[in-house]
Amino acid sequence: MLPRTHEGAAMNLQVNQHIMPTLNRRAFVIGTATAGAGLALGLDLPFGGPSVVRAADGAPEVNAWVVIRPDDTVVIRIARSEMGQGTLTGLAQLVAEELECDWSKVTTEYPTPGQSVARKRAWGDFSTGGSRGIRTSQDYVRKGGATARVMLIQAAANEWKVPATECKAANSVITHTPTGKTTTYGKVAEAAAKLEPPADVKLKEPKDWTIAGKGLKRLDTVDKTTGKMTYGIDVKLPGMLNAAIKDCPVFGGKVKSFDEAKISGMKGVKKVVPVGDSAVAVVADTWWHAKSALDKLPIVWDEGDNAKVSSETIAKWLAEGLDNAQPAYVGNQNGDAKAAIASAAKKVEAVYSYPYQNHATMEPMNATVLYTPDKCEVWCGTQNGEAAFAAALEASGLPAEKVDVHKLMLGGGFGRRGMTDYVRQAVAIAKQMPGTPIKLLWSREEDMQHGKYHPITQCKLTGAFDADNNLVALHYRLSGQSILFSVRPEALQNGMDPAAFQGVAQSGEAAIGYAVPNLLVEHAMRNPHVPPGFWRGVNVNHNAIYLECFMDELALAAGQDPLEFRRKLMGKHPKHLAVLNAVAEKIGWGTPAPQGIYRGIAQVMGYGSYVAGAAEISVTDGSKIKVHRIVASTDPGYVVNPAQVERQIAGSFVYGLSALFYGGCTVKDGRIEQTNFDTYNSMRINEMPKVESVMAPSGGFWGGVGEPTIGVAAPAVLNAYFAATGKRIRTFPLRNQNISFA
Amino acid sequence: MANLKINGKTTNVDVEDDTPLLWAIRENVGLTGTKYGCGIAQCGACTVHIDGVAMRSCGVTVSEVAGKDITTIEGLAAGGVMHKVQLAWIASDVPQCGYCQSGMIMAVAALLKENPKPTDDDINDAITNICRCGTFQQVREAIHAAANA
Repeated sequence: MLPRTHEGAAMNLQVNQHIMPTLNRRAFVIGTATAGAGLALGLDLPFGGPSVVRAADGAPEVNAWVVIRPDDTVVIRIARSEMGQGTLTGLAQLVAEELECDWSKVTTEYPTPGQSVARKRAWGDFSTGGSRGIRTSQDYVRKGGATARVMLIQAAANEWKVPATECKAANSVITHTPTGKTTTYGKVAEAAAKLEPPADVKLKEPKDWTIAGKGLKRLDTVDKTTGKMTYGIDVKLPGMLNAAIKDCPVFGGKVKSFDEAKISGMKGVKKVVPVGDSAVAVVADTWWHAKSALDKLPIVWDEGDNAKVSSETIAKWLAEGLDNAQPAYVGNQNGDAKAAIASAAKKVEAVYSYPYQNHATMEPMNATVLYTPDKCEVWCGTQNGEAAFAAALEASGLPAEKVDVHKLMLGGGFGRRGMTDYVRQAVAIAKQMPGTPIKLLWSREEDMQHGKYHPITQCKLTGAFDADNNLVALHYRLSGQSILFSVRPEALQNGMDPAAFQGVAQSGEAAIGYAVPNLLVEHAMRNPHVPPGFWRGVNVNHNAIYLECFMDELALAAGQDPLEFRRKLMGKHPKHLAVLNAVAEKIGWGTPAPQGIYRGIAQVMGYGSYVAGAAEISVTDGSKIKVHRIVASTDPGYVVNPAQVERQIAGSFVYGLSALFYGGCTVKDGRIEQTNFDTYNSMRINEMPKVESVMAPSGGFWGGVGEPTIGVAAPAVLNAYFAATGKRIRTFPLRNQNISFA
Repeated sequence: MANLKINGKTTNVDVEDDTPLLWAIRENVGLTGTKYGCGIAQCGACTVHIDGVAMRSCGVTVSEVAGKDITTIEGLAAGGVMHKVQLAWIASDVPQCGYCQSGMIMAVAALLKENPKPTDDDINDAITNICRCGTFQQVREAIHAAANA
């Protein structure tokens, strides 16, 4: 455990009221288990058994992960959610690799969380966040594939009355080597499903992979080009009605009253219902009618004390947390940074801040629910089927066997759909209209103003040098919001949020890449009322901006090249250094840049992977930035699908640079001011730089790829901007500094 | 009531004149490939063709398009043959979450009709759809591939 300076309770400072999740006992157990803390709670990953379990179409399950139809179609079960990141295809590749099946016959399906709970969590964790989709399930899904292969071979051997050791499988065909006899998986699947699974299976070495490790095409592309793909928003059920919702614009506020009579005669309106104590929904034949009526519904809010909160009051409160006299949790330390700074020959200090950000998934939040006193079924896009299940369980009040969640394709997740607020709301509405399927869809405005925002922080960094310009101390003091405090308080460590130190931690999956003789990394936790959530890259994003921009500031103070300055501190972190060197080499660091082009560089570790980025930019009129070229390197240990990893790397620059240039949600009168893409913009194709990826998997560990690269996007560009202009930007987004894309 | 000619088929939909075309297409006609993203013609997820021109269907009312030829993503393939933009999209494995891609594909198909060999600058000027996953690199590659198909 990391050291800490103070006891917990007094440190979790809050502005005004804070809404804590209320969980009943049953939901708590499941919710906790999904967080990974409770894998012992009934997690049982079976790899087959004597009684045949059948898929809905009657095809036999060889085990929970593999169903094989008589026509040799291989159905691979995927528990994690696909939201664009390619995990569906990557996980299928890992199962297929060990199964030795014909990739052209592979299809996938999602088991439901209800089925999983009924089978003692046969598919393990459904949670798809933290770039964990592949890295935390690769071992057991590969075993699922390998176990099925062994059983299929055994079934063929039994039929032929030969030893299984004389048989081999490739491309869904089993061959008896001595005689050359063959059969297919589809022919023996029924018999295989009746066999006892082997106690242990040996997995292939990644160097021997033929399906995994290849840049295969995604399995879900065609329907995404024809309009056939069904997202949550597209669900249609017989007799379905549509709901539009308005939650109190001030977080923590309540509905005082609403005047239903004013809209009840409007076309298509069926019912106006309260949702919890903070929201009102209009149910109508179409969503357009529901939304149009809701816009005209007079609602009186009890906004509460939070209505006094603004960006200015939050900024002031966070700034107070930068004062060393205020309590803070220590996340990483060695030596005595404060003493070393006090006696240093030279010191450099800077204060940075990073704003709230909305996820702005292209598909606004939605869920469809059919509730009867006997059954509650939910259809939605979710990053965590089990959390959605737990939410439906709690909101419906029904027992687990009467609840289920049907997962659909997500129109973006980025962390937002790991939350279940929209599921709870939809169940609460449907419960008031039993027997009628209700589709709840948020307007973009509702989505923008009721996010679970990228947490807000400020950071004071102090570096100290000896007389020879060696960095002898670094004090990194964060002040601001904790996500875990709000969404998963049971994961706090004596009050401290370990996730706050992503990218600057001592060790683990998001470790700092620099060795400084005297280091102090601490977090003064201050939790405004605006609800935070996990956000693509989340704490890595601001920590990488703070640290990597400041490293350039330190290099400048020491009169050294930013790359050389970093290298001297990275001797004990060879993997961090390797990706940094890779981008430096490819961008041509140390060689003259083309006329008018300036370079910046950055590195960070996050989600178990080592990443670095280098940018080439030009600046017009001191404020118009054109990003010409990005080079990005990633070492995730192993690469399951290089084509998809490349897309995640390129996409990370869209998310990271959108945040840098345009992001930022501001608070006024307790509510978020931005309402749509006109006030919360996102990068377009004309602003997209060319991204060159350097994949450098060094093996021996499994890191994630969906998020870490976002961390280096902003600091690489900001460091290049300083090189071009001599101006150091420390508050964001850039639009607030009148800096824009050229 | 409005008569909407969508993908070659005329449908009489029972909606108010000021209903956005997007919602008539999705809820009354039942074609859900056209997506809702913002409702204020910012993001382009709802792009359809109206008389061959790419338009954001959230920003036009049904009364404005009565009698005009409306094409949605479901109608882009002609006679069961996929449009070259769709084929290029599949070849370049463009979509990530895919939610914005109907609109993106419709915008690109209209661009190529008007400008069969767009330059990068032409693409920058014409394609203004938002994609939060960040598929732009593959979008650009696929536009050039479709132009050369």
